[in-house]
Amino acid sequence: MQQTRFAWYLLAPAIILLAVLLVLPIAIMAIYTFYEFVTAGVEKANYTLANWQEFFTDSYYHLFLWKTARVAAITALACAVMGYIPAYFIWMTSFRHKWLLLLLLIVPFWISFTIRTFSWIHILGEQGAINVTLKTLGIIDSPIQMLYTEGAVIMGMIHFLLPYMILNVYVSLEGIDRDLLSAARTLGCTSAQAFREVTLPLSLPGLCAGLLLCFVLAAGSYVTPQILGGNRDALFGNLVYDTIMEQLNWPMGSTLSIVLFVLLGIVSAIYSRYMGLSTIFKGLSR
Amino acid sequence: MQPRQAEDASGVWGWRAVKIVTILVYIFMFAPILVTVILSFNASMFGGFPMTGVSLQWYGKLFQNEAVLRAFKTSIWIALLTAAVCTVIGVMAAIALTRHEFRGKQWMNTLVILPALVPETILGVGLLLLMKWANQPRSYLLLVLGHIMLALPFVVLVVQARLIGIKRVYEEAALSLGANRFNTFREVTLPLLMPAIVAAVLLVFTISFDNITASLFWRPPGVETMPTQILAMLKISISPEINALGTLMIVITVGLPLLGGAIARILSGNRQ
Repeated sequence: MQQTRFAWYLLAPAIILLAVLLVLPIAIMAIYTFYEFVTAGVEKANYTLANWQEFFTDSYYHLFLWKTARVAAITALACAVMGYIPAYFIWMTSFRHKWLLLLLLIVPFWISFTIRTFSWIHILGEQGAINVTLKTLGIIDSPIQMLYTEGAVIMGMIHFLLPYMILNVYVSLEGIDRDLLSAARTLGCTSAQAFREVTLPLSLPGLCAGLLLCFVLAAGSYVTPQILGGNRDALFGNLVYDTIMEQLNWPMGSTLSIVLFVLLGIVSAIYSRYMGLSTIFKGLSR
Repeated sequence: MQPRQAEDASGVWGWRAVKIVTILVYIFMFAPILVTVILSFNASMFGGFPMTGVSLQWYGKLFQNEAVLRAFKTSIWIALLTAAVCTVIGVMAAIALTRHEFRGKQWMNTLVILPALVPETILGVGLLLLMKWANQPRSYLLLVLGHIMLALPFVVLVVQARLIGIKRVYEEAALSLGANRFNTFREVTLPLLMPAIVAAVLLVFTISFDNITASLFWRPPGVETMPTQILAMLKISISPEINALGTLMIVITVGLPLLGGAIARILSGNRQ
């Protein structure tokens, strides 16, 4: 009994902090979705469904939602393909300096996200590495427009999310008993078959954890489209920011935030129903 | 560099393909950063290619840029405060969640991790709404509290991972030999936990120092942190000064954890 009370004392600061800064604000947000927007920065506490009606009937919002889901899905899938292979390599290799490969995966987490994102301007921009090289070689006359497109936004997000994916898959691969592979080979599997029948299925939890993490983080992104995208490449996060910080429409901004929160919550809930969230935590704590 | 089982042809070719893709992915991850570092030494007036000469002038310019220096100081202070408070709270929570059994533990575990899973835009809007509801202006305190919330899951995860690895028998031995709970913690658990605490402090520092999305919502009017300052500069033009700034920050944020890792290794090495 005394033990239990002590545990709660230890937890108290964290719980109070999160209750006030996380749970309470989301509750307020939910209430605000029913407030009436009067004019920029002013709203009335008349309970109305106007915001929800606007959200459900205006195709403007649906378009944003769809675009965000599409971009996040493409990003997550690209991360899966580009991330699985290096993770597999690091797991399989007998290279002596394996730790270096792993360390290099952690290093991007230390480099400012803003800097990592804007560094793509030097690759994709009009004065960037690709355009300047192609022009010098005489292949093109005028620069190709690569920056400020949806492709650039996706590229930036892949760059930011790839380490999460690789680490998640790697943690999962590390858990596989290598004897299973030898057994499969002894029993006559080709190496391709052994991969398909043993390695891939057993690493699926890590891959799925990576997919979820990449999807959720991409869908909530705000800064990448700001730096690498044009006006047309704004995502749902940008819509939320503009609604609140520019139009000062708090009720609508709250509605949009709750929509994003609920949708991503559903995705995570479906995932944890089948996989358990513990895999993600394992990946995050690396 | 051969894998253990690659005798058949498909295995050899497949492995070669895996190797090439891996190299390409590593290039993909580091080429843009490397290009930024190289361009920071460009003498040209413009931020991009071609290189017109090697020069350190943009670094000089940077140190005369009042706005940048101010943003840098702001970020350092916020990150230091966040790291100090968040680590203490996080270590306490991690101990409660690994060393004690109580009802509702699963829920508490999820709650503590939640800030890492909710998009920052939503966390950002939430805190602003709270301030609006409580009729409070945006302040530095809000920014620090917000950063503490954002970094808390990571402290708990890192410390928990280490705590699970520390055998309980050490603590039990100390307790049965008559040490009270506080002394047991100070003399046994804390020293064993030190590497994880060092790692957590550095992690929190970088999370806070690097945070941009939530900071854009929470910063007091007129205040810029380092990342929001960079974003503001990017909106005007891609000047070579930004490249120099980026390079300096890379040196700091990569150098610091490497140093911390080395210290942690020495600390844990001495204990064994």
